[in-house]
Amino acid sequence: MNRRDFLKIVGISTAGTAVALSGCSPKESTETAAEGPVPTGKMTYRNFPPSKDQVSILGYGCMRWPTLPAPEKGGNVIDQEQVNRLIDYAIEHGVNYFDTAPVYVQGWSETSTGIALKRHPREKFLVATKMSNFDRSDFESSVQMYHDSMKKLQVDYIDYYLLHSLGNTGKRSFQTRFIDNGLLDYLVKEREAGRIRHLGWSFHGSKEEFDKILAYHEQVHWDFIQIQLNYSDWLHATRGNVNADYLYEEIAKRNIPMVIMEPLQGGRLSKVPEHIVARLKTRNPEGSVASWAFRFAGTKPMILTVLSGMTYMEHLQDNIRTYSPLKPLTDEEWQFLLDTADLMLKYPTIPCNNCQYCMPCPYGIDIPGVLLHYNKCVNEGNMPQSKLDPNYAKARRAFLIGYDRSVPKLRQASHCIGCEQCNPHCPQYIDIPREMQRIDQYVEKLKQETL
Amino acid sequence: MLQKIRQIIAFLFFCIITLLFLDFTGTLHAWFEWMAKIQFLPAVLTLNAGIILFLVVLTFVCGRIYCSVICPLGVFQDIAARIGRVKKKLPYTYSKAKNVLRYSVLVVFVALTLGGLTSIAALIAPYSAYGRIANNLFAPIYQWGNNLLAYFAERADSYAFYETEVWLKSLPTFLIAVLTFIIIGVLAWRNGRTYCNTICPVGTVLGFISKFSLFRIEIDKEKCKKCNLCARHCKAACIDIPNTAVDHSRCVTCFDCLKHCKHDAIHYRFAYGKKEEAAPAHSDASQPKDKGRREVLAGSLLLLASAAKAQAVKKAEIIKLDGGLADIIDKQAPKRQTPITPPGSQSARNMQQHCTACQLCVSVCPNEVLRPSASLDTFMQPMMSYERGYCRPECTKCAEVCPTDAIHLIDKAEKSAIQIGHAVWVKERCVPLTDGQACGNCARHCPTGAITMIPSDPSNPESLKIPAVDTEKCIGCGACENLCPSRPLSAIYVEGHEVHRII
Repeated sequence: MNRRDFLKIVGISTAGTAVALSGCSPKESTETAAEGPVPTGKMTYRNFPPSKDQVSILGYGCMRWPTLPAPEKGGNVIDQEQVNRLIDYAIEHGVNYFDTAPVYVQGWSETSTGIALKRHPREKFLVATKMSNFDRSDFESSVQMYHDSMKKLQVDYIDYYLLHSLGNTGKRSFQTRFIDNGLLDYLVKEREAGRIRHLGWSFHGSKEEFDKILAYHEQVHWDFIQIQLNYSDWLHATRGNVNADYLYEEIAKRNIPMVIMEPLQGGRLSKVPEHIVARLKTRNPEGSVASWAFRFAGTKPMILTVLSGMTYMEHLQDNIRTYSPLKPLTDEEWQFLLDTADLMLKYPTIPCNNCQYCMPCPYGIDIPGVLLHYNKCVNEGNMPQSKLDPNYAKARRAFLIGYDRSVPKLRQASHCIGCEQCNPHCPQYIDIPREMQRIDQYVEKLKQETL
Repeated sequence: MLQKIRQIIAFLFFCIITLLFLDFTGTLHAWFEWMAKIQFLPAVLTLNAGIILFLVVLTFVCGRIYCSVICPLGVFQDIAARIGRVKKKLPYTYSKAKNVLRYSVLVVFVALTLGGLTSIAALIAPYSAYGRIANNLFAPIYQWGNNLLAYFAERADSYAFYETEVWLKSLPTFLIAVLTFIIIGVLAWRNGRTYCNTICPVGTVLGFISKFSLFRIEIDKEKCKKCNLCARHCKAACIDIPNTAVDHSRCVTCFDCLKHCKHDAIHYRFAYGKKEEAAPAHSDASQPKDKGRREVLAGSLLLLASAAKAQAVKKAEIIKLDGGLADIIDKQAPKRQTPITPPGSQSARNMQQHCTACQLCVSVCPNEVLRPSASLDTFMQPMMSYERGYCRPECTKCAEVCPTDAIHLIDKAEKSAIQIGHAVWVKERCVPLTDGQACGNCARHCPTGAITMIPSDPSNPESLKIPAVDTEKCIGCGACENLCPSRPLSAIYVEGHEVHRII
């Protein structure tokens, strides 16, 4: 969700509240105060013995830190000042779980997160990072990566350590990355030594791989597992992924707490078509569209924390409101969201969560930029299917001009050569070159007016 | 009254013609392209008898109205002159006609044009000279203004404006435009219509006709008190008061003199009613020279060249980190043995002979394909290259705007059947062979299906595919060259055809 969309939503909700309240006291202008102060000290915490950690239900995802418009060549690309401010604010309002990885934000996330956290007492926060040994999985460079993480985060122990994004097969499989090279044994020993307080893994992939890795629980004892869960993926996981209801039930059966990622599908569950906004707003005019997704993600009892990559202060504040305290969904509300997900299936957006794992494309294409623009046009109804559509001319202009605004010409889909180097990196298993070519063909039809 | 009408019409013509050069969307052309087509030289080059006849008759009847109203360079000079004479009470003085210079320039001009060196001759042609000024100096300002609006539109979620790229299309042509602007501007600033009456070939031709024009400026010898006021306000320096005569070949019928006569002695009227022979009075040569010191326009209008940013492609990291964008090296133009001319220009020769290098097509090309040529024989005439875009199938803008018909197209279907060149494959740069990656982007974007992907290893049908061009089907649009991932030089590029073919 970018800021504009967010403000739009907040705007709608403020306006809605203003109307609601003005019914009672028409003279008072409640425009700015309607949202009320951001609550402090009311955050919901979760605890799963034997761990003593009281974990805030809102976890900070450090994959989407705000970046500098023009970073120094070879220097940190992250806007450190903003990060400090966001982390201070989060901690002040009860957030204590911070999730990063060596590969995030062009490799700068750990450094920036570390700098910001260093300014707080160590016992005030729980830090999670990952073993991202995708390309080089030999023992030495993997261990190097583990040590680098501690150095960059400026800590001498890691609270939650994850085997990053399991679920692939072949060269990037669990077997290759952790078993064959003896890395898992090493990490288990690190846990015994106390330098890793909890050991777990994050998952994107097939059922077979999931079952296999989960079965290791008997030997390794997984302290936690990180899965993708939201009201869209609960029953309708995308190609190559497993429905979240299955993941949740299987893990819950073994009494393992879960960390939730992509509760908002990278913003796709807040950037929804107009009638979905209306549907959600009708049920709760005061809550943001995003708040539904966060309540869904936090409702189930075995959830340890829900990660949100909050780029902007407004995101953070909205989420703190939702979770201070969390009002779990009723069964009826739960079903209402599942029905909403069914309705949303009619809008064929591409399941890109803007995680940037595919980037940088060696041929310079802005893959998430192209996909997000496409999704935006789908949601806004700017995807004419024929020249005879009543809004054809307007929609065509919006699609084409918006395309050039969102993505520079040289980084657009027409330059995709189909080398498929991006595909193995996509946790949503999108066939990126195929989508690029499909979008490009659509753009050609719009440009040549041959729809 | 006459002067006011002339000023208003001239201003309208000037604004709209200028807008034709500024409007990169090409919308205005739908209504006002005739304003470019009635320009004298384009009409001559098109051999458009109707327009030539109209202009000749107009001049024969009314004098050089053309120079005062229709010619954008003429009006441009009037504007410069107006600014120049703000503080001068009596800005101009009579000077003798420089006929030898005028006619010899005209002869050279005609010789060059007939000899096929239209582009060199066009250096002094008024309409195209103005076109270059508008395209090179005014258009960037207009576009920046547009981009500012686009910036705000984007923030207001409006699609009313879109951003366009301002770039230096050709340094030589830009410098010529700057020089023309400065020279003609300064001449006009100081002395009015000097260029029109000494250099301009159109001015010379029309001047010859206007010598005999039916309606013209006449001085009533009986009423004239020889106060010289009219002559001192004549920007064409053509009123000879001592002889009470007007040099009609130089008079551009601006009517400025009429309002300055306090004795009702000067009129615009039918010239052949009553014939009076004036006794030539003795002229005193000592005319006060009012050499007011004028600041000369210090032409420091240096537009920044689009900063050359040749960056290196990022080397593959040992660990792939997430996010960020790979640097993209700018494309370079390949060395083409035959330059490519736009579809509709029929042949390089036709283009060379008929184009006045006015830059109208260059201004309007939405794909950044057309730019002025730097080679001497086709100097400043449009040339195609595909580093920034390619000749898209849905566009026929250049042909729509061309006032001389040097580019002539009937419709998009016709365009898609014209071979302006053919694609050439460069093995050493082809990505499947250099990077070992599957590609085929050229074949995917070829509008005529002229490219087939074939195995790079003939013995192994599964090997990476390389493009094979069917030159019979290729129309030379440059989609392959522009979208080729190989940078800075593409692995497939277009060679022009001297004579275009129809497939």
